Amino acid sequence: MKRQILISVLIAVGINPLYAESTRGDGPGLGHAISPEEIAAWDISVFPDGEGLPKGEGNVKDGEVVYKNKCIACHGENGLGTATGDQLAGAQMELTSEYPEQTIGSYWPYATTVFDVVRRSMPMTAPGTLTNNEVYAVTAYLLFLNNLISEEDVMNASSLPKVKMPNEDGFINVYQEEKNK
Amino acid sequence: MAKDRINDQCLEEDQVAGNGLLDRRLFLKKGLQFGAISTLASSTALASTNSETKFEPAHPPWMHKPGKPFSIYGKPSEFEDDVVRFPTQNEMVPGNGVSWTPLHLMEGTITPNGLHYERHHNGVPQIDPKKHRLLIHGLVKKDLTFSIDDLLRYPMQSKICFIECGGNSNAGWNKQPSQAEAGYFNGLASCSEWTGVPLSVLLDEVGLRKKAKWLVAEGADAFAMQMSIPIEKALDDAFLALYQNGERIRPENGYPLRLIVPGWEGVLNVKWLRRLKITNRPVMARNETSRYTELQPSGKARMFTFPIEAKSLITSPSAHMVLKEPSLYQITGLAWTGRGKISKVQVSADGGDTWAEAELQEPVLDRSFTRFRMPWHWNGKPAVLKSRAIDETGYVQPERTELVKQRGRKGFFHYNAITNWHIDSDGFVSHVYDKKDNETTDSDISIDSGWD
Repeated sequence: MKRQILISVLIAVGINPLYAESTRGDGPGLGHAISPEEIAAWDISVFPDGEGLPKGEGNVKDGEVVYKNKCIACHGENGLGTATGDQLAGAQMELTSEYPEQTIGSYWPYATTVFDVVRRSMPMTAPGTLTNNEVYAVTAYLLFLNNLISEEDVMNASSLPKVKMPNEDGFINVYQEEKNK
Repeated sequence: MAKDRINDQCLEEDQVAGNGLLDRRLFLKKGLQFGAISTLASSTALASTNSETKFEPAHPPWMHKPGKPFSIYGKPSEFEDDVVRFPTQNEMVPGNGVSWTPLHLMEGTITPNGLHYERHHNGVPQIDPKKHRLLIHGLVKKDLTFSIDDLLRYPMQSKICFIECGGNSNAGWNKQPSQAEAGYFNGLASCSEWTGVPLSVLLDEVGLRKKAKWLVAEGADAFAMQMSIPIEKALDDAFLALYQNGERIRPENGYPLRLIVPGWEGVLNVKWLRRLKITNRPVMARNETSRYTELQPSGKARMFTFPIEAKSLITSPSAHMVLKEPSLYQITGLAWTGRGKISKVQVSADGGDTWAEAELQEPVLDRSFTRFRMPWHWNGKPAVLKSRAIDETGYVQPERTELVKQRGRKGFFHYNAITNWHIDSDGFVSHVYDKKDNETTDSDISIDSGWD
């Protein structure tokens, strides 16, 4: 009880007791501690190895429904793109051709990026409104359109990072190359 | 005309390169007069008014009545209302696009805040700074949040630096030269004085763990823009800007908080910054994999092309301008490099056969716009002007032929080739490629349409 009072007093005078110790001597030290739960709510970054993928899952069939409702206006039938939205699937022309088609299947190096960008940025008219299951589903549908998974496959935190992307090795890390010189 | 006598005297002794390029030290002489340049849009009007211009009497009307009262925030003169950004955006998502800085209508090196270029992926969020926090977490000893009021109490630094979108000048990859005004295809570059808190100070406070190699920066816009940046850059000279040219950053440039990574491509300077996740590897976000990577003729793509390579551009005379008569003219333009300072800008008036060094406006600053000027006598015959920047690493801005040979034409980003301005015998300025570059196949304008 006494400790709680002390903490309340410290907060009242502007000192965060969780943090007070480490602030001494090292600059202004005005940062505020934050709980792991709160960080988990903020952090929506998904890495190629699957770090950051949430619980939940989705299949191709459900993804097609989401796609036709929320994505097709910009990205077109079967992910073929429109004048205003990226082509996401159906690449015919190779990357070395005069008119290369840079789709998820032909160009994107990691399947996890699809989940990450759909969850954070799509649909452009109402970003961040899809449920995790819907994001998994529409990711599954897009990977299916690119012949990267079969119609029966289910995407979740364990299966998505395992999807093999044909162009994973198609990139030159210019920054690393220069550092190595 | 008296002007021509001065010019003729200058010519012989001061010529430093072919087709009338004159010694930059001529600028030290008094009494130089330059020929008039008009813009194409206004040239007819200008021509007609020039002969009949009636100036006001010795004491014009505005000297006989009180002027306007004070204003709480100044605006440009109503007679300058054509000096504006040029927006091009996605039809379905109007918040996804760019607006170009009118470099061809400006002088000096600092971009006024209202003219700084914009690249938004889904509009400009209107953020209440009282409700905005920055979270730093991940491979740190303490995860911490900072309010804007907190950050305003930290020691600050200022730096003048340019920011250039990786997609700037991308029309240069097209087979046909763009005929847009210079700023409207090269103006996704601007230069401001940014003031804020060194990122190293905050990274000290959270305490980096040994495995910390990258940070993932995230914006609070509707795209939730996310980009990975190596930790060594973060510790070197990156900072969190709160002010732009002395006032708080404009909403369209990241209010209330913007990450500045001097000299590195624009998209890394994350606006509306809300989160920095310290990691041991890049997140491989959409905008560092599917976009902002450059597909090469081999089929491989360049990735993490961070520093902006040296580039220069003659802003006047430039496309859509008209030289009114054979005369002495002032060539002026901008040069910049993400690798330090510009050491030299060379100008050619004979399509690259001969070159001479332009005058650089002091002070020449690290990773900033550098203004160059060169006196030139135009003899009334067709001419091709070029400028090329050389930076302190010795890097020389490439000719387009050379750049296209190295990179192909499908990379979309990081176009920094020399721009040619052709002046015809009527004084009309247009954009041309070198003869060897003139590709005769069908016009391909698809490259600069993809802002999504």
